[in-house]
Amino acid sequence: MSKQTPNIPNPPTDARKPARQFLVRVLRQDGPGQKPYWQQFRLDYEANLNCITVLQRIAELRTTTDGQKVAPVVWECNCLEEICGACTMVINGRVRQACTALVDQLLADRPEEIELRPMTKFPVMRDLAVDRSRIFTALEKVKAWIPVDSYLDMGSGPRQSQEVQQLAYLYSKCMSCGCCLEACPQYLKIELERLPDETDEQFEDRLREAHMRSFMGAHAIAQVDLFNANPVGEMTASERLDALTAEGGIQVCGNAQNCVKVCPKEIPLTTAIARAGRKATVHRLKKWFDR
Amino acid sequence: MPQPQVMIVGGGLAGMAAAMKLAELDCQVGLMSLLPMKRSHSCCAQGGINSVNDLTRQLGDKEWKHFDDTVYGGDFLQHQPPVKEMADWAPKIIDLMDRLGVTFNRTAEGFRDQRRFGGTLFKRTAFAGATTGQQLLYALDEQVRRWMMGGHIRIYDQWDFLGPVLDEQGRSRGCVAQDLVTMEIRAFPCDALILAVGGCGLIFGRSTNSMACTGAAASRLFQAGAKYANGEFIQVHPSAIPGSDKLRLISESARGEGGRVWVPRKPQDSRHPNEIPENERYYFLEERYPQYGNLVPRDIGTREIFDVCVNEGLSVEQDQMCVYLDVSHLPREMLDRKLGGILEIYEKFQGVDPRDEAMKIFPGVHYSMGGLWCDYERRADGGLVEGSPSDQQTNIPGVYAIGECDYQFHGANRLGANSLVACIYSGLHVAPGVVHDAENLDRPAAEQAASLFDRQRARHEADYKALLARDDTGPNPYHVHQQLGDVMTRSATVVRRNDALDDAYAKVADLERQAAECAVFDRGTWANHHVSFVRALGDMFPLAKTILKGARQRDECRGAHYKPDFAMPPVDADDPAERRRQAHAWCERFRENNRRWLKTTVAELDAEGEPQLSYEEVDTSLVEPRPRLYGLVGGDVIEEVWKEEQAAASTAS
Repeated sequence: MSKQTPNIPNPPTDARKPARQFLVRVLRQDGPGQKPYWQQFRLDYEANLNCITVLQRIAELRTTTDGQKVAPVVWECNCLEEICGACTMVINGRVRQACTALVDQLLADRPEEIELRPMTKFPVMRDLAVDRSRIFTALEKVKAWIPVDSYLDMGSGPRQSQEVQQLAYLYSKCMSCGCCLEACPQYLKIELERLPDETDEQFEDRLREAHMRSFMGAHAIAQVDLFNANPVGEMTASERLDALTAEGGIQVCGNAQNCVKVCPKEIPLTTAIARAGRKATVHRLKKWFDR
Repeated sequence: MPQPQVMIVGGGLAGMAAAMKLAELDCQVGLMSLLPMKRSHSCCAQGGINSVNDLTRQLGDKEWKHFDDTVYGGDFLQHQPPVKEMADWAPKIIDLMDRLGVTFNRTAEGFRDQRRFGGTLFKRTAFAGATTGQQLLYALDEQVRRWMMGGHIRIYDQWDFLGPVLDEQGRSRGCVAQDLVTMEIRAFPCDALILAVGGCGLIFGRSTNSMACTGAAASRLFQAGAKYANGEFIQVHPSAIPGSDKLRLISESARGEGGRVWVPRKPQDSRHPNEIPENERYYFLEERYPQYGNLVPRDIGTREIFDVCVNEGLSVEQDQMCVYLDVSHLPREMLDRKLGGILEIYEKFQGVDPRDEAMKIFPGVHYSMGGLWCDYERRADGGLVEGSPSDQQTNIPGVYAIGECDYQFHGANRLGANSLVACIYSGLHVAPGVVHDAENLDRPAAEQAASLFDRQRARHEADYKALLARDDTGPNPYHVHQQLGDVMTRSATVVRRNDALDDAYAKVADLERQAAECAVFDRGTWANHHVSFVRALGDMFPLAKTILKGARQRDECRGAHYKPDFAMPPVDADDPAERRRQAHAWCERFRENNRRWLKTTVAELDAEGEPQLSYEEVDTSLVEPRPRLYGLVGGDVIEEVWKEEQAAASTAS
């Protein structure tokens, strides 16, 4: 091999670049319950940027359009491949992941400015980072797992047709990002204030209680359907249906069908809701007759 | 005996496998993670998980061959007993994942489907679309949630591990961590501390790794006295999409399902790839390695792509090095069912549908074979003692390392689809030994003197306060990180040279000084992610220096570590007798090199924070190291001579 050293080059610059610079507006908030405020930044255009790089450039640059030096924007991210769900935010009015929000496309739709805001259905921790623990509490509520006897070697799982696997895979791609919840008119924000004499644990328990009683949302309903379709999961289907029909369950769904439109993984959420709804009705009737 | 208290740091596959198993064994488990576990980097694993299976068995495969492929692929740098144990466990692990509801792809008859991956001739890889890591991660996340209900596992997500708490004898009694929302720093007493903290790709700036993969947690244990082994072995994956924020992986499974790597024979042929006829395409991997073709191990694939672009000047584009990875000849229905996840990534980020035209890819930093040194206890038959407290234990008593952050399983090069099995295996397998060790403790962590924990907590609190007190006139920490990434990528990836490594070490040492006084842009005391980044940046340097120093000192080529100045001599004579003579010389040099370099690099930090290296013998008692050729064209004479010489040697002895 020659003397050249490896380099992993940047993508080539696009000749048809829309502008030399572009504006980004970020809705910031210093902590829970505090007043949000806007800041604007001017960035140099580069080809193939996404909103992650935009936020990284802002952190480096530190300066707003009115010359103020500011702290880096706080936001969550990890994989940058739209598979971890972390970097969900509202970009130009639409809830989505920042990593797949490409600047070229955003500027083509709206050349003047890119607007970043936190999701509105979850309490803001700081800036664009929100507390989505309620999503995971809902998964706990509906017992979204296969209750195996043990982790000892008991041979393989049940055989499955390709069709059943493909359907399950569709639902099991849910990355708990919360887009479906942001878009849902029935999913309302819960924000509790810490009481003065409360410990961390007491506050967490109180929050968890509130989450348990509130609407679980489309993602959790779809998970009920997923686990009840599994041959082993089906053995405890009634427990999940109990959760589905309890307070904050499927009956809260107003059938707005926004969820399915915003799901980045294109999960057929409304199909799952319809199917789970039918099963919930049968379950309720059965329980009524069995009284 | 009270319930053992275990703290696990890291909520990826390894950490969660350990958590659920320890909960089953009636431990009180804490699970600490930078992010909610479902968002861990394990979700980026795409192609699948390896084990011998009913199908391959009937074609002559067995656990021993999976083990052999793994050590051959790793250029024999692994201790063999843990690898053998992992290969023996692999079929049981996939069965368990199947029972946990992982949506593995199915054959028409309803069995788990398998595909072929690099470095083997068997179809050993079970998969769930092209998002296998995600699907496995979710199954374990679900099990962990199940144990949370019963109070067996308590989650500390968005906590940053700062260091272990060691007693006067040097045994771990707990750890200190910081809540990344409230910024509270707290000490956690625990009888066992398990690090499952993943890789360190961010040291190279952009890589296929997620943003949490700074290596900081492993580095903090290293700085507390842990040994770090084989750090110089960094896997550069052959196929990634270059991007300004990261290099996005395109899984080896694209090739496992029939994808082909090629470049136009005419340099920078300006025609659309679909217009270039078959005979004007150079399928260089297939031509150079007819037996393994596009599924050579990753280190070889990466070097060949690099060679074709750099040395032969055949990069598809002039200003951006890349080759074609082509799946457009494959049936769309199959592509959607088996590779949907990765094709969507390409489509979303590049705006081109790879079902219609070839993808443009180039190698990217992907995986750290090296990691925290850890132990094992060998059985006479070459496997491991079940439930041994030595299993995965670092040199700090009471601290364990599992998953990518340990060094045990992959040697000098990891085979594709072996990381998922290694993560889950090490997580499950470590649990009984952890329990045995905790049961034999003189005094549980909860009864240790409070002053022990207070002292460590106060030290980290002071460090944090000092960071917050820094002004913003120093070097920009993001620029320091970018420069570190550039230096490391240039000097310590595909091709390594001693002069460049010396130069890089000096630059990194200078950057380390800059990082120590870099500016802090956020003095907030609530959800201050910036200060956590600045702290992690500082912790990248001990590992970066260990990688560079290990590479500098290792004057040979082994797996992912390639130094052309120390490459094996060519066997290129036309005359058959001369070729055989060259092959003899080659084999002699190979043996000589193994005597010198078939050794584990072990790094420890000295009082000045400089890595000091020593070398340990590798346990190769189960399979004798042999030349690693993968049917390279022209390599047959070496294999022939090698076999003759080995046969003669065994007759003589």
